[in-house]
Amino acid sequence: MAPSSSLHRFANPARFLRLAAVVQPWAAGLTIAALIAGLYLGLIASPGDYQQGETVRIMYIHVPSAWMALFCYTNMALASAVALIWRHPLADVIAKATAPIGACFTFLALVTGSLWGKPMWGTWWVWDARLTSVLILFFLYLGYMALYNAFDDATRGARAAAVLALVGVVNVPIIKFSVDWWNTLHQPASVVKLDGPAIHPSMLWPLLLMALAFTTYYVWVLLLRVRAELIGRRVRAIRLRQTQVR
Amino acid sequence: MNRFAAILGRDLRLAVRQGVDSLMVVAFFVLAVVLFPFGVGPEPGVLARIAPGVIWVAALLAAMLSLERLFQADHEDGSLELMALEPVALESVVLAKVAAHWLTTGLPLIVAAPLLAILLNLPVEGFAVLLLALLLGTPTLSLIGAVGAALILGARRGGVLLSLLVLPLFIPVLIFGAAAVEASLGGFPARPHLLILAALLLAALPLCTWAAAGALRQGLE
Amino acid sequence: MSRFAGTDLACIRGERLVFQGLGFALDAGQALVLGGANGSGKSSLLRLLAGLARPAGGTLSWDGASIADDPDAHRARLLYVGHADPLKPALTVAENLAFWAALRAGRRLADSAVVAALDAFAIGRLAGVPGRYLSAGQRRRVNLARLAVSPVALWLLDEPTTALDAAAGESLRALIAAHRARGGMVVASTHSELGLDGARQLNLDAPAAAGGIKENHVSVPA
Repeated sequence: MAPSSSLHRFANPARFLRLAAVVQPWAAGLTIAALIAGLYLGLIASPGDYQQGETVRIMYIHVPSAWMALFCYTNMALASAVALIWRHPLADVIAKATAPIGACFTFLALVTGSLWGKPMWGTWWVWDARLTSVLILFFLYLGYMALYNAFDDATRGARAAAVLALVGVVNVPIIKFSVDWWNTLHQPASVVKLDGPAIHPSMLWPLLLMALAFTTYYVWVLLLRVRAELIGRRVRAIRLRQTQVR
Repeated sequence: MNRFAAILGRDLRLAVRQGVDSLMVVAFFVLAVVLFPFGVGPEPGVLARIAPGVIWVAALLAAMLSLERLFQADHEDGSLELMALEPVALESVVLAKVAAHWLTTGLPLIVAAPLLAILLNLPVEGFAVLLLALLLGTPTLSLIGAVGAALILGARRGGVLLSLLVLPLFIPVLIFGAAAVEASLGGFPARPHLLILAALLLAALPLCTWAAAGALRQGLE
Repeated sequence: MSRFAGTDLACIRGERLVFQGLGFALDAGQALVLGGANGSGKSSLLRLLAGLARPAGGTLSWDGASIADDPDAHRARLLYVGHADPLKPALTVAENLAFWAALRAGRRLADSAVVAALDAFAIGRLAGVPGRYLSAGQRRRVNLARLAVSPVALWLLDEPTTALDAAAGESLRALIAAHRARGGMVVASTHSELGLDGARQLNLDAPAAAGGIKENHVSVPA
């Protein structure tokens, strides 16, 4: 009898691994190309801001990082939901592999924001709603990773962390709309707006290129991490079988 | 409802018989606040200025300290497993235990708060709002904490982990709780902040109960 | 006539396959004794039967209807005695038992009923003693006294005789016999001989459990 679908834990994720092997080099190439083009346009070819001067160029790192911080968290939460509801093992691996990447993007967004804040606001840090909610996001990532690894039984850690990821979703809309809900120092959104972006094309293009580069970088590293995790699990399974047969 | 009352009654009876636990939380609360005059100096103006925030932070930490044992004891002796097997929704088990936790730690904290407000020279006008804010805010702390307590069941070093999970989620309560007192001291209306605290409580009541029950279900499996 | 059955059950704990392709069927009044070495999955199977864990494969059914469709109804008809004795040290024996009875029935139980249940294991005199003063065997008896309080169709007992002396073992056997005579079912795991008349045996020790993928290596003819 063939293993039933609920036994997909046994299923060799060969199809995914084949797909990943094809996609990964493309993602890597696209990342490098978009990064070079985006950095050239952003740092050299684009004009400075009439108000902010050269410091505006921090935006080309800061804004895509902040987007990725939210994008990764949303991905992680979706994957966690799939893992909890349908018990799909691949979703669990994707959520786990996304967490450190998302945490790094969040950290990058916080650091670049701080560097940008010094010349603009005269201080490294202000306790406004946007910064505070992103800081909470960073703590959620840390909590997720800590919880995942806090149990001797790995599946238990995976499930607890998945529940936490879902609980933390409440923070995502708060971050997105914090600049609209509260009158804060942080400037409001200027790219994703109903009436079109309020930003000049010469600055929009490098920004979008950098966003593309960051996204494909995420895909690249995600595939790398997922493949490593799957191989690690297979090694553990083989070891376990050897101890049982003996 | 009778099952809810049975769990609540049992937890309260346990808390009364082991009364020291509840008292220790209050003692921690008082001690934590008393440290501040030594840290920032005994100047009355400064103390009055930071009093709302200090009291709230100390209440937050005190509530969190007692949360680790919320489900742990029942998990270790198998009670939790049996409660999950009774023909009663796990959500009502969570709600009963949260209610017991608030009655045995949140309420004593509120009772002790005026004493600390006096020690910190908080102007008398702020007392009523401080108590009202604590009354609205501490149940939310217990609810959010229940999710964390359910998540760490069986974890290594659950206590440290719990603070990492729960403290960031406590921040909204802290912001509006302290802001309410500050507003009343500055002559502004505290009502909007209190209303937000009430809204947080109303949102946490179904969401946290549901999330904690889900976490318990995963943890027992 | 009720019938409790499982087909093609599989269980994974951690990342280890504990068993798979396991089946059984139990009619009213029947008992099933689970045997097997440590780690063969007896406790895991009982937790699956109780609905505490979801099987990684296969189905459990009651009168032909899957229990996954109505877990509340399944919980209402079973009593589970696990490894741990859930006694609160600060509560008296009677308070402990009354709490579990109230949780099960949704109402307060008469004190006489609590004492009667304790008497089934000859510990009525312990009713007023706080749980912290009890020995392991006495704690086990209090835990088992839950069986005498509430009439349900299915008893799931994980190593029920642990720490029990001969007399208490005899009380348990009598209780199980009366339960089966009423048409109740029992599934029990045990290392020692429980001595249940006409009980079916399910042995979880099998070569295929050690990593093999063979189906139906352990099953009881229905």
